[in-house]
Amino acid sequence: MDITLPLLILVIPLFMFLLLGLCGMKMSHRLAGTLGTLGMGTVLVLSYITALTYFYSGAPEFITQAGERLQYTVFNVTWLQFTDSLVIRLGFLLDPISAMMLIVIPTISFMVHLYSLGYMRDHHGVYEHGFQRFYAFLSLFSFSMLGLVVATNIFQMYIFWELVGASSYLLIGFYYKKPSAVSASKKAFIVTRFADLGFLIGILILSFYTGTFNFADLTSAPVDGIANVSQVSLTTAEGIKAMFTNSPAPMFMGASVMTWALVLIFMGGMGKSAMMPLHIWLPDAMEGPTPVSALIHAATMVVAGVYLVARLFPLYLMETAALDIIVVVGALTAFYAAMVACTQIDIKRVLAFSTISQIAFMMVSLGVARPEFHHGLGYMAGMFHLFTHAMFKALLFLCAGALIHAIGSNDYTAMHGLRKYMPITHITFLIGCLAIAGIIPFAGFFSKDEILTACFGHSIVWYIWMSLVAGLTAFYMFRLYYLIFWWKEHKVHDPHHAPHDQPWTMTLPLVILAAISCVAGFVPFGFLVTWNGKPMFEGHASFFTNLEHLDWSVAGISLAVAIIAILIATAMYKKENPLPEKMRNALPRLWDWCYHRFYWDELYQFITHKIIFGCICKPIAWFDRHIIDGAMDGLAYVTNKASVAIKGFQSGKIQMYVWFYLAGALLLGAITVICLI
Amino acid sequence: MDITVIYYLVPSLIMFCCGVYGFVTRKNMIAMLISLELMLNSVDINFVVFNRYLFPGQLEGMFFTLFAIAIAAAETALAIAIIINIFRASKNIDVTDVTKMKF
Amino acid sequence: MESVGSIIMYVIIALSIIVFSVLTVTTRKILRSATYLLFTLFATAALYFKLDYEFLGAVQIAVYAGGIVVLFVFSILLTSHPGHSSEKLVSRKRVLGLSLAVATLVIAGYALISRCSVMFASLPAMDNPDMKTIGETLMGTGHGQYLLPFEAISVLLLACIIGGVVVARKR
Repeated sequence: MDITLPLLILVIPLFMFLLLGLCGMKMSHRLAGTLGTLGMGTVLVLSYITALTYFYSGAPEFITQAGERLQYTVFNVTWLQFTDSLVIRLGFLLDPISAMMLIVIPTISFMVHLYSLGYMRDHHGVYEHGFQRFYAFLSLFSFSMLGLVVATNIFQMYIFWELVGASSYLLIGFYYKKPSAVSASKKAFIVTRFADLGFLIGILILSFYTGTFNFADLTSAPVDGIANVSQVSLTTAEGIKAMFTNSPAPMFMGASVMTWALVLIFMGGMGKSAMMPLHIWLPDAMEGPTPVSALIHAATMVVAGVYLVARLFPLYLMETAALDIIVVVGALTAFYAAMVACTQIDIKRVLAFSTISQIAFMMVSLGVARPEFHHGLGYMAGMFHLFTHAMFKALLFLCAGALIHAIGSNDYTAMHGLRKYMPITHITFLIGCLAIAGIIPFAGFFSKDEILTACFGHSIVWYIWMSLVAGLTAFYMFRLYYLIFWWKEHKVHDPHHAPHDQPWTMTLPLVILAAISCVAGFVPFGFLVTWNGKPMFEGHASFFTNLEHLDWSVAGISLAVAIIAILIATAMYKKENPLPEKMRNALPRLWDWCYHRFYWDELYQFITHKIIFGCICKPIAWFDRHIIDGAMDGLAYVTNKASVAIKGFQSGKIQMYVWFYLAGALLLGAITVICLI
Repeated sequence: MDITVIYYLVPSLIMFCCGVYGFVTRKNMIAMLISLELMLNSVDINFVVFNRYLFPGQLEGMFFTLFAIAIAAAETALAIAIIINIFRASKNIDVTDVTKMKF
Repeated sequence: MESVGSIIMYVIIALSIIVFSVLTVTTRKILRSATYLLFTLFATAALYFKLDYEFLGAVQIAVYAGGIVVLFVFSILLTSHPGHSSEKLVSRKRVLGLSLAVATLVIAGYALISRCSVMFASLPAMDNPDMKTIGETLMGTGHGQYLLPFEAISVLLLACIIGGVVVARKR
């Protein structure tokens, strides 16, 4: 494969970032926005070509005769050479999941670029302050995210991992004059950085024992006869495990070192993907502009943790203890976030918690994936859900952005009954809700069904648990939907100031994403993305593959759960009625806990302020201020006093200087004479 | 009677001591400079005398003196330029008045 | 054993060096001070002649007596009234200067006397260095020859000329 296309995919967003970042303020707003959008559009086309070439060209470096998909390293240049063995490379790896991400990221990113052209202006068409900066940061983010997914080695991934963290920080704090946005950006950065500490330690452990950063050396074996091509191989992963078990200290604190390494790496993923207990930054990150929430905090960056686990999946298979931890963390997070989402008032918060819950679904799905069960169905399902979720969650966020833009508030209490005034937003939002609730034939149905099937194959407990969460998902999404678009009717006094659909730059992405959400479920993922590249089913892929291979016993149940949940939501929220109030009064304690997000933030506040700041930092600060600074101050004090005392010698009287100089010289001379003679 | 090295060194030493005395006591900067010339001159004498008595036939001491004279001339010229400048500024070349350049 | 004439010459030179040196620093009229310095320098030049360094003696007269002293005289005339004598020294200052000078004299004198063997060497015979030798030594680059210092001094003098002009010029 030609190197130009993949290189351009990375270079164009970087160039756009530099161009808009350095010269943006010299440009008009319209030019900057158009340039950014055009750049992203080019990237969109190029990555579609690259990904489709990978999936469908059938070239020998992409797929074997037997239909197994291969990993192809397009380029891999040495970036830093520390020693012979410690080399950091930058490269471009094409394999099923990176090719899939090459579809997802530019699609969402382009939609958001287009959408922001309308969103980042007020109703009179005046552009927001820092419009060019916004597009520069969007380009930076796109560059970093693309660099992350095509990484050929775990260190490159880490570099871009931090870059997406930085661009997320910049974009959350885009309204830097708003104190809440500033503290949210700091919170996001600090929490994810803390998680990345674990990631870095994990990387170091892994590379210390294995002596490599390359994914190709960690999880796959080279294919004979074709350069730069490798195939996912459990034998390699077993070799890696053997390196750990044969090392001098294979155990640490009751678990194997490899488990530790993998869990620590997963900790980085927990931070980025907002798993409990490191989820606290994501709801606050909604302080950023809504398109940013759609791009970064719903569709792309937050799934980086899932992507990371998927990337190292053969290693995780070697240590199922780590996978079990992933399942537990994911399942708890999914339930927790779904519970909280049922009570929030701010529509972006609801979507944020929904995102946390859905990412947890993907995590659980990866955690329950085993090669023995349906060729690793969970892996495929997780990736499938990542794909569909990106589409419909971006859609939901962009709808929310359109609503916020029209109403000027984040609370659904200010919305109610908007369906007549914003029909396009209404329909697309409904499609998004149906998709996330898992109603056939929308995208979420298929992917969620695969996840539940995978859970079912792993353990009945997790299956029931996750089905419950899926029901909750349908409930809170439709609660939100009804509270925005139905509930009580708006009384509009002046038809000119009624809320209305937004300009085409904002509605077009909604329509496109809604269309994708309708059909994305039919993408034959079983043939495209599997953990070892082998297709899951016999025969040929077609539009109805997913329907044909549906396990109707599981699908029927999940469909029934979703419909029941939707019906409950309809009964409670379609028209203004006292039912929600009654329910709230019936379970006041539970409602309170959910509304306050189970007091996680307060807990963090308590731990950081009372325990860490109060009990650890204060004594250290006292020590620093009084002992260390005191010693320095003492030195300075003595020096100062001494210099004041002796500065009288510096009288400016040359003859005194000479006298002292000669007297000293004479003294030395006298000593010399006396001693030598 | 032999005129040995010491016969030359003692007048030179006295000249040097006069220079020291003058440099420390005189207030007039030109007088100080004159004292400085005395000290320099006495050192020159030493160079020449040691060269003549201990290393006859070589020219090191003599050339040292030659260069010292050249440098003394340069130094004097510059010093006098500075003194004249000071005189212009304060109508006075009393060294006890030039104490502004302390700390 | 030296000739009587030579000894008489020596006595005259030594006495004039001592006397004029003392007078240079003790007289209270600055112009006289410069004049006594001139005599001291002449005596020194005579000493060089007596030690067979005729070229050096000539340089001493030309540069020191002819150049530097003239410079002194001019600057004295520029900066003070010729007849004006400086006020009497305060006794504290005189004590300071005297103590330092006497200490120098004692310590250095003691050091001189204690170096007996060298100090009482008699005058060896030496050919008067001719101009050719001096010229070659000054301009040569070999061992014991001084082209580099010569050039360095010439640059120094140039710098000095410029510096003197810059410092002393009227603003």
